[in-house]
Formats: sequence, structure tokens, C-alpha cells
Amino acid sequence: LVFTEEDKYGLYSNLLFKYFLAEGVVCGHGLFVASAKEHPDNILKQLPAPLLDDNYRNELGEEATSAKSKDFQDSMKIAWRYQNLPKMEASPTSTKFGHYYDVSKTMSPELFQSVKWHSFYLPEELSSQPKMKSCNMNSAYTRLLQSIQRIIYQEGFDGSDPQKKQRNILRIGIQSLGSMLWGDDICSSETPEDIHSLTKFLYVLRGLLRKSLSACIITLPAHLIQNKAIMERVTNLSDTVVGLESFIGSERETNPLYRDYHGLVHVHQIPRLNSLICDVSDTKDLAFRLKRKLFTIERLHLPPDLSDTVSRASKQDLAESAKLLSSGCGAMAIGKKHLDF
Amino acid sequence: QGKFTLLRDTRTDGSFLVHHFLSFYLRAGCKVCFLALLQSFSHYNIVAQKLGVSLTAARERGQLVFLEGLKSCLDLLFGEEKEEEQSGQPSPLQFMSEGASNLKALFDFVQTSLNPTSDGSWQGPVLLVDDLSVLLSLGAAPVAVLDFIHYCRVTVCSQLKGNIVVLVHSNEDSEDEENELVVNSLCHHSDLILWAEGLATGFCKDVHGEIKIIKRASLELMAEQDHVQIYQYKIQDKNVTF
Repeated sequence: LVFTEEDKYGLYSNLLFKYFLAEGVVCGHGLFVASAKEHPDNILKQLPAPLLDDNYRNELGEEATSAKSKDFQDSMKIAWRYQNLPKMEASPTSTKFGHYYDVSKTMSPELFQSVKWHSFYLPEELSSQPKMKSCNMNSAYTRLLQSIQRIIYQEGFDGSDPQKKQRNILRIGIQSLGSMLWGDDICSSETPEDIHSLTKFLYVLRGLLRKSLSACIITLPAHLIQNKAIMERVTNLSDTVVGLESFIGSERETNPLYRDYHGLVHVHQIPRLNSLICDVSDTKDLAFRLKRKLFTIERLHLPPDLSDTVSRASKQDLAESAKLLSSGCGAMAIGKKHLDF
Repeated sequence: QGKFTLLRDTRTDGSFLVHHFLSFYLRAGCKVCFLALLQSFSHYNIVAQKLGVSLTAARERGQLVFLEGLKSCLDLLFGEEKEEEQSGQPSPLQFMSEGASNLKALFDFVQTSLNPTSDGSWQGPVLLVDDLSVLLSLGAAPVAVLDFIHYCRVTVCSQLKGNIVVLVHSNEDSEDEENELVVNSLCHHSDLILWAEGLATGFCKDVHGEIKIIKRASLELMAEQDHVQIYQYKIQDKNVTF
């Protein structure tokens, strides 16, 4: 369960969200997009186009997809992270985790002809009745869960259909959860009516994800949530939590330290699945920048140091979850290492 | 025997302690009831295998009763009507669906699983909970959680002379008051507290954190000092070094 704390204006988290989905398209995974704000069709139209003629990539996505689906286990991970998919990619011979995307272009419609995608747009769904047993949860969340569960069951992502030979992965993207548009008032008041709706939703979602072959990214406007206790509980319930802090409008924009970057990346938690430890990277200071075509995440370094930035190498544990969620960040032009997203 | 151990973590993850206790008690031949609320069975299984214990084997021979919270919650919410009638007993996580604010169903589950049966020749029963803070997230009131623990203590520690190990998360400047309430209350009731903390000086590569072991000298005599030991630890793939 990838949990992304949105930055103030939602610009960059949307970008990450789209990367996640775009990677799903390129790898041929199933997609499920949920939003209360923007119609999923529009979201899908804005996915960045993959760079197919990248110098650093020798093969297309098919190999990566087949590698992923072969050594796949039933337990899925929920990764909340911004940057969780970091992967060092300097040499083209190592396994490709993801693809690189060109943010200035949008993905051509032919690419997602072959991909099965499902959408959940809240204003459209409000008319139908929830068939699930309610558990005192917000009705929008109830419907979303029901929809996800239905898709998982029908498309066989949970292994319930033994005849289905080819197992595919479902990538779920939920945008701006917890905002007012979902009918939850945790963003607007300090003592919300139903303080447990979001956490219950996340728990059930976690159960669904663990049971099936899916991965999920959720963006949440954390800065709007008044009650900090909720954020703590949410962090506990998710596998990976990444926070994006953009410099727009804050005093850091003019700070020369951060001159080259557009924002900071805070990794709050990384998944610790199937092993005693999680992999903690060497550095915790990461920043992102958005150029015209590329979105990169790099280790934060001070401007006087003009050497190339070094990307975080991903180690085994991160790699495991990165396998499921990788979508590429743009490649830097000159031989710098890439961070896969 | 009859001990209540509290595992507490702050700014770091203390679940390695849970894995340790699980494999420890299974190796000792105790009957274990494990309420795994946060992770799936295969996660614990894989880690336990690295530590040398097989959970599937233990479950099959009846030594381990495993409640997989995530799965049971899904069954509760998405399950068919007829399945429920067939199984006969209410789901342990029933408090989620109804407005019921007591965790009685959960307690009943614990009780039935740890009651000495005729075929069991296990050593004392053990209740292991990972982790208790999740119950608060799911809508249980702090008082209900404390009641649940109290009932479990009475049954497991006093009547059956077993042990209880519970994991909770806490933060020092946490704003989650309910959680802090539960944690503080449990601290006062426990015989042994293992407190895993991230290092105060920040992140370090070689040392993952420090663990404070607080052994209560006696719960009745308040004058005695608690025995406190502090160790720093590093978690590796198969074990933890101190």
C-alpha cells in the first residue's frame, strides 16, 4: 500500500500517481483508478508517454513483465511510498524494474487498448446502493471497497479461478483519499464525526491487497488533516509512506540550498515484509525535481558540490516491492543514474 | 508463568520481538494463540522459517491457533450469508460490523482456543497479540480494548497460568490520545516491558535502535525500583545482535 502524502498543491503527487498507472499500462497489468475529483478517463488520458527509444534501455517492457509474473507470490504488498521504487539503473544489463517516461507527452491511446482498466468515479457511483455489509464506514469508502473487491474477484486476481493460467497484477490508484470530496470530514474539522472511517477502509483494503495480486497507491492530502492521530494510525496501517513536500509557496523556494530542486521527499516508512528487517538506505535526504520532460528523485546535495548526483540503490527488500510498482522516472541525460519510480 | 509482557515500540518497528517470542514459545512447546491483526500468515511463516520454526506445521498439529485479522475481516464484510450460518460462531472481529463496542467475540475466540483440551499435552498457554493499536484504528474504544486485555489476563494468566505478550505502538509526543491511554495503562499492569526505540541521536546504519527492558520488581510493593536494562541492537536477516 503506497501512501503518498500530497504536497500542498497536489502537483507532484499527481505526477507520481500517473507514473504508477502508466507503468501499469506499459507492463500490461490491470488498472483500477478511483477518484472523486477528476474523472478517471481524464486521468488516464494524461498519463505520460513511455520513452521507447531510450539509450539506456535495451528491451521493452515485456521482459520485465514476464519476470515479474513468474516469481510472484500470493501475498501482495501494499506499498505507500513516493519514492519507493528507487532503483539504480546505470547499466542497461541489469534487470529492468521499470520504464522511463516523458512527461511532456501523453500516452497514446493504442497503448492502453490492450490493458483492462476499471474506474471508479465517485459522483457516478453515488446512485447505486452498496451491497456490502456496512461497518459504520463512510458510504463512499464502502462503495469503493465493494467495487475493488468485485473487480478482484471477477477478474481472478485473487486466485479464485483455477482455470485462469495467466496471473496478472492489478494496480489500484486512489486519488485524494480523505478529502472532502469523499464525504469524509477529517480534513475540515478537528473532531470529525467518524474518526475511524479512513482507518477501517485502509485495513480492509490492506486485507484485500494481501489476499490478491494487487498493489495500490493512495494519495492523501495530509496537510489538511487536522487530527494528527489519524495520520499516525494511517502510517501504522500502511506498508510504505512517502511524503512529498514541494517548495512552491514556501520560503524554501528561494533558499539557495534547494535551488535545483522542486521539493523534498520524506520516506517515513518502508515495507518490512517477509523478513525481520527492512532495508534502510544510506541517506534520508531526498529531493525531487521536475524538468520539462523528466521527473527525477535524487539524493539531496548541496549546490557547491558539483559532482553528479547519486541515486539510491535499491536493495532486496525494496526491490521486492519495487517489482510491483515500478514506473520509471525520467532519465537524466548524461549518464547519471536513474531512479526508478 | 502467569506473566504479562508488553512490547512497545517508538519511532521504530518492534515486530522483530513478536517474531522472536512466537518462535520462542513454539520451540518451548507451548500452546500459542496468535492474533495477527496487521500482517498475513505467510509473512509470519516466512520469518519464522528463517528463525527455525515452521508455523504451518505448528498450526496443523494444533499447537498454534492463528487468527489472521485481515482475512477474517474480509470474510466478515464480503462473506456470503450462508457461510456465516454454517460456521455457527460469530466472527472474532465482529465489533467492526456492528456498533458493538466490546470485544467480547474476540475474547471468546481467545478463550476457546486456549482452553486445555483433552488431546493437548502442551505446556502453558500463551497469547500473543500483534498489534493492539490496530484495534483502536478499527473503531474499538480504548476502554473496550483495556477490558479485553483484562479479561484475557484473568483467563490466561491467573486461571490457566499462561503468558501474554502484546505489542503496541507509541510515540512520545503522539497526538493519539487514545493510544497513549491504552499504552500507559498497560505499562502499569505489565510484569515486563520491552521497549524498542529508535536512537535518540537519529538514524544510524549499524545500530537499528535500542531496547529497554523494564522488569517490574513487584506489582504490589511500589517502593522497589524497577530493574531497567538498556541494550542497543541491530537486526539482521536471521537474528538480532545486541
